[in-house]
Amino acid sequence: MSEQSTQIFWDAEPDLGFRVKWYTGRVLIYGALIFWALICLFPIYWTVTTSFKIAPDVMRGHLVPWVDFEPQWRGWRSLGLSPNTISETSTVREEFLKRFMNSVVISLSASMLAVMLGSLAAYGLSRFSYRFGFMRNSDISFFFLSQMILPPVVLALPFLILYKELALLDSRIGVILLYTLMVLPIVIWIMRDQFSAIPVELEEAALVDGLSIWGAFFQIVLPIALPGMVAAFILSLVLCWNEYFFAALLTSTDAKTLPVMVASQTGSQGINWWSMAALSTAAIAPLVVIGIVLERYIIKGMASGAGK
Amino acid sequence: MSMPAQSEGDKLHVVTSDHMSPGRILAGRTLVWSAAILLAVMLIVQALYEFERIPFGFENWRPVLYAYLFWAIAMGLAQVLIRGEQGKRALFVLPAVLFVVSMVIFPMLFGLYISFTDWNLASLTGRKFNGLDNFRQMLSDPFYWNALKNMVYYVAAIAVEYAIAFGLALLLNADIRARKFFRVALLLPLMLSPVAVSWMVGKSMMEIRFGPLAKLARFLGWESPSFFGTPEVARLAIMVMDAWTFIPFMMIMILAGLQALPKEVLEAAKVDGATAWQSFWEVIFPLMLPVSITAIVIRIIFKLKLADIIINVTSGGPGGATDSVTSFIFREYRDRSNVGYGTLLAMVYLVLIIVFILTLMSVVNRWMRRTNQGGNG
Repeated sequence: MSEQSTQIFWDAEPDLGFRVKWYTGRVLIYGALIFWALICLFPIYWTVTTSFKIAPDVMRGHLVPWVDFEPQWRGWRSLGLSPNTISETSTVREEFLKRFMNSVVISLSASMLAVMLGSLAAYGLSRFSYRFGFMRNSDISFFFLSQMILPPVVLALPFLILYKELALLDSRIGVILLYTLMVLPIVIWIMRDQFSAIPVELEEAALVDGLSIWGAFFQIVLPIALPGMVAAFILSLVLCWNEYFFAALLTSTDAKTLPVMVASQTGSQGINWWSMAALSTAAIAPLVVIGIVLERYIIKGMASGAGK
Repeated sequence: MSMPAQSEGDKLHVVTSDHMSPGRILAGRTLVWSAAILLAVMLIVQALYEFERIPFGFENWRPVLYAYLFWAIAMGLAQVLIRGEQGKRALFVLPAVLFVVSMVIFPMLFGLYISFTDWNLASLTGRKFNGLDNFRQMLSDPFYWNALKNMVYYVAAIAVEYAIAFGLALLLNADIRARKFFRVALLLPLMLSPVAVSWMVGKSMMEIRFGPLAKLARFLGWESPSFFGTPEVARLAIMVMDAWTFIPFMMIMILAGLQALPKEVLEAAKVDGATAWQSFWEVIFPLMLPVSITAIVIRIIFKLKLADIIINVTSGGPGGATDSVTSFIFREYRDRSNVGYGTLLAMVYLVLIIVFILTLMSVVNRWMRRTNQGGNG
C-alpha cells in the first residue's frame, strides 16, 4: 500500500506488454547475431586449435584446449615453426617461407600497380572527356568495368601458351600482371566514386595558383582521395592473396603462391590433420589480422560500390 | 589510331595555349614511329624465325615484349610532345587502356584462334586447324552441359544467400552493443582464401569420421552422414561453403545501403503506426531495391567464376555432380592437356555469360522503370 502512494506513474497494461516485446526483440537480435558469429568463427577456431592437437585428440573430437586436450606443438613442428624447431634448419619451413614471400610480393605489387593504373584512369575519366575512335568516356568506363564479367578461365589457357612463348611462365612478373588485370576494374569502380565526390573547384584554384594538371592531381587530389585508395588497395590485396586458379595453372616451382601450396598439401596426406591445420592457419593468419585491424577500409571499399 | 580529341565536356576546364612548335611535333612523330617500326621489325623477325624461314632470331618472344613496352612509353611521350596539355590529360587513361587492351584483347583473339585447333600440349604432332570439330565435340559432351546445368543451381542459391545477407545486415543495423565485434566477426569468412576454406570446412569439418559437422549431423539423427556421397548433398555442401565465404560481401553492401536510407522516411512510417514488419516490406525493402540489385548482380558475376572450392574438395565428383564450368575446363587441361577444346568451352561460356548478364540487366532495367512508374502513378 505504501509503495503505491509514493509512486505516481504506473505502467499501464499495454506499456508492460511493450516492454516484454522489447526484451524478446533484444534477445532474438542478440541470439541471431551470436549464432551467426559462431558460424563464422567456429571454422577458424577449429583450424587454429587443430594445429595444436595430436592424433587421439582429433579422433576423440576434443574441442577446448587445456580442458579437453593438452596443446602440443606437433603441427607447427612439422612446419618447422614451433619454438624448439625455429632455430634449426628445416626444409619445410624454407619451402613455406618461399611460398609466403611469393604471395606477399605478388599480391603487394599487383595491388600497387592496379591502384596506380586504376586511380589515374578513374581520375582522368571523372575530369576530362576523351575520344578514342568511337569510344567516349562512358564507353571507356564500360570497357574497364566490363572486364569484371570476364571469367578467368577464358584467359587462362591462352595466357598459358603466351607466357610460355614469352618465358614468363612460373615467374612472379607474369602472375603480377594477371592479378593486376583481375583487380583493375574493381579499383577503377571504387576510385571513380571517390574522385567524383571531390569538388572540381579545389583543382581549379590550384591551377589558378600555377600548378599543372598533374601537379594539382598529386598535391591536391591525391591526399584527399588517399583513404579511398587505401580501401581499394586492401580489397585488391585480399583478392590477390586468395587467388588460386591462375596461380595453379601458371606457376610450378619458382613462383608458386601460398594457396597453391596449401592445395597441393591437402591432396597428398592421410589423417595428418595437425600439420594441415598449421599450414592453413599460417596461410589465413595475415588476412585475419588485416580483417580485424583494417575492417573499416574493407567496408568502405565495398560500400562505395553500393552507392551507385 | 586516333587520339583523344579536345571537346567541350571537360569537367575540369583548363585554358592552354595549344600552339606547338613544328620541331616539337616532328620530334614526337619521329619518336612514336621509330618505336613502332622497331616493334614491327622485331615482330616480323621473330615470327619468321618461329616458322623457320630465317636462321636467326631470339630465343623467345620476350624481346618483342620489351619492344612493345618501349613503344607504349614512346607513345605516351609523343602525346605530350605533339599535343601539349591535351596530351598530358591523355596520359591519365592511356596506361590503363594500353594495359587492358594488351592483356585482354590480344589474348582473347589468340584464344579464339586456339579454340579452332586441336592444340594438345601432350601430343607431339603439333597443332592444326580443325574448324568446327571442337564445337561439335562440345555439343555431344554430356559433362559440359552437366556443368552448365550445375551453374544454374549455383546461381539460384544466391537467392538464399541474399535473404540471409539482408537479415544479417538488418541485425547489424539495429541499435546493438558490440557492433564492431559483430561486424568484424561476420566479415571474417570473406578474408579467407577458398583453398583454405576447402580444407578447413570441406576436408576436415565435413570429414565423415571425426569432423565436427559429421558429429553434429549424427547427433541430429543422420545415421551415417556423408557430405560428398550423393550428388544432391555434395552440391549442397559446395553451395554452403561458397555461401559461407561470400555472404559477408552482400551483407556489407546491403548494410551500406541501409545506413544511407533517409531517416525521415523511416520515422514517418513509425509515426504512421506501421509495425516493424510493415515498414520493412513497404518502406525499407522497396527503397533498398537498387542496392539489392547491384549486390546480386555482382554476386552473380563472382559466382560464375566459382571453381577453387570445387577443384580442391570434390574435383567435380561424384560423377560430375558438383562441377562448375571453370573447374571442368581446369580438369580438361590438367588431365588431358586439351588446350584447344578447353579454350573453345571457355569461349562458349563467355558468350553465354555475356548474353545472360545483358538479358538480366535489361529485364531488371525495364522492371525497375515499371515499378517506379507504378509508384508515381
